[in-house]
Amino acid sequence: MSKQLLKGNEAFAEAAIRAGCEGFFGYPITPSTEFLEYMSRRMPELGRAFVQAESEVAAINMVYGAACTGKRVMTASSSPGISLMMEGISYIAGTEVPAVIVNVMRGGPGLGNIAPSQGDYYQMVKGGGHGDYFPIVLAPASVQEAIDYISLAFDLADKYRSIVHVVVDGNMGQMMEPAELPPMRPLPKTAPDWAVSGAKGRPPRALSSIYINPYDEEITNLRLLKRWLEIEKNEVRYAEIEMEDAEYAVIGFGTAGRVASSAVRAARQEGIKVGLFRPITLAPFPKQRLKEIARQVKRILVVEMNSGMMLDDVTAVVQGRVPVEFYGRMGGVTPFPDEILGEIRRVASNAAPVNGNAREEWIQRLETIIGGQA
Amino acid sequence: MTTSQPATLVYQRPTSFSEATTHYCPGCTHGIAHRLVAEVLDEMGLREKAIGVAPVGCAVFAYNYFNLDFVEAAHGRAPAMATGIKRVLPENTVFTYQGDGDLASIGMAEIMHAAARGENITVIFANNAIYGMTGGQMAPTTLPGMKTTSSPYGRDVELAGYPIRVSEMLATMEGAGYVVRASLHDPAHIRKAKKAIRRAFETQERGLGFAMVELLSSCPTNWKVTPNEALEFIAKQMVPAFPLGDFKVHPEIAKLRV
Ligand SMILES: Cc1ncc(C[n+]2csc(CCOP(=O)(O)OP(=O)(O)O)c2C)c(N)n1
Ligand code: SF4
Repeated sequence: MSKQLLKGNEAFAEAAIRAGCEGFFGYPITPSTEFLEYMSRRMPELGRAFVQAESEVAAINMVYGAACTGKRVMTASSSPGISLMMEGISYIAGTEVPAVIVNVMRGGPGLGNIAPSQGDYYQMVKGGGHGDYFPIVLAPASVQEAIDYISLAFDLADKYRSIVHVVVDGNMGQMMEPAELPPMRPLPKTAPDWAVSGAKGRPPRALSSIYINPYDEEITNLRLLKRWLEIEKNEVRYAEIEMEDAEYAVIGFGTAGRVASSAVRAARQEGIKVGLFRPITLAPFPKQRLKEIARQVKRILVVEMNSGMMLDDVTAVVQGRVPVEFYGRMGGVTPFPDEILGEIRRVASNAAPVNGNAREEWIQRLETIIGGQA
Repeated sequence: MTTSQPATLVYQRPTSFSEATTHYCPGCTHGIAHRLVAEVLDEMGLREKAIGVAPVGCAVFAYNYFNLDFVEAAHGRAPAMATGIKRVLPENTVFTYQGDGDLASIGMAEIMHAAARGENITVIFANNAIYGMTGGQMAPTTLPGMKTTSSPYGRDVELAGYPIRVSEMLATMEGAGYVVRASLHDPAHIRKAKKAIRRAFETQERGLGFAMVELLSSCPTNWKVTPNEALEFIAKQMVPAFPLGDFKVHPEIAKLRV
């Protein structure tokens, strides 16, 4: 198959179908709606399940039910819808059934707006639903990468009986880009040995997230934790540009990382020895590689489209070994490469250690840019 | 002199039932409702393709009592979960078992839309006019004036509104193929309830849309009465408030003799 010009959300939906998705349950919300619309067309064509649910609460609980059959199932939504789904997400995690959830993030909190944002980092990466569980979170930065990682998401979900979030933002959902879709995977002929299918010729199976005895719940929590440690060992993914001889590292994921890559290349043209480190698995976070980078570079600049959420994870790993600075745009604003280039120049020319809090210093700079006090 | 006769089996545990002892209180009708479902699944030969969806409520452990595949839903979401299962496994028999708090309060949207979509599932709805599991709070079906732990002066309709009659409401849905209210307060009504459950599963097997049987049920523990008084409460208080009847019966099911 060759490259075609593909629209983000539609390409992601087709990628899910080709990865073997047999059930899609969703509710319209900008900027993810084309995902649902595409599914409403394609799934019936293939004789697969599609339901436009009455709400995101119902949608995720349909995903939950369908996931209990062992089939590959998913939903796609955007920030406010994901908030509503958190109930079902926690139950899915507690029942240890696989599910893929795509969040095309938008500006918030509240109704916010429909512009691209990374403001759901905490909600996606740190769990979001109640209880002790660990979701896998993939953050692609292009239409092609999203296509590839949606396939991977289903594989990881099955392998670890885990929730896999794929987080993108409105930029990626809406953009047209040349990309290549993988071939259609054949559907499995048998169901996994834990799935419900009717107790024919075998003892009945019960799938539940209830462990009324705290000691049983603790054993479950421990099982989830050990599985997570396995995931941390095996599934870390990241991308790098110009990191080999870098003296400065820019760290950003998704769209922010992609914009930063242009800035990094421009800075290299100016002779600044800067590289880009782009985590693809936000969870498990690429801690090991980041530790190495912290030993290599003089200074780190974290770039995000939020108030510095991944920044907290970066500083926790770097542990003050080198100064960590931050540049973010919030509320649905995407930074321009020039803004980040300016930040790279500043960071590279400023030998003094960051005095105090990276966020506070960024706020001062941001306020001069957006002209006015919050 | 005694004459011995060959033994005939008149009563046994349905195959669709497990060997477990239920945790239900003495005099609670959840056990009766479970048994009726198990008998119907046996009679229709559905056990091996049945998938049950348990609620959050006193029946949360229903999956322990049935000898068939089960999942356990979030509070009120059983119809959504059942939808997900039925849509990817359309050949299986999918049913939910839900209380009135689960179905008519927190899960109102899910049940209404499952019915509206004509979701081909069977819903067993145990209406005991109270939240049993959490210790007897007011339910959307609590009768006017009825005392509960969260309506200690009796349900004041000025402040807390009126009970919801779910069957009447769902019967207005075109997607519904079978909506019936029955009661579990005496053997005659229990026999009728079983027939309704049979028809509700026949509706699903024939692909005739959404089917629900509402069962007026007891909660002696939280009503704070004896088991006998509880059955009397159903007959004297609940039946007048929640009239028994066939609110919607698909013509194909109406013809059926069960
Ligand atoms: C989201 C959520 N809210 C509240 C509860 C607490 N809760 C458990 S059971 C229940 C009410 C159950 O009442 P009903 O559905 O009438 O069933 P019964 O116990 O009477 O059979 C409530 C409120 C919960 N488990 N989850
Ligand atoms: S609390 Fe009420 S509904 Fe629950 S088991 Fe006891 S009698 Fe039945």
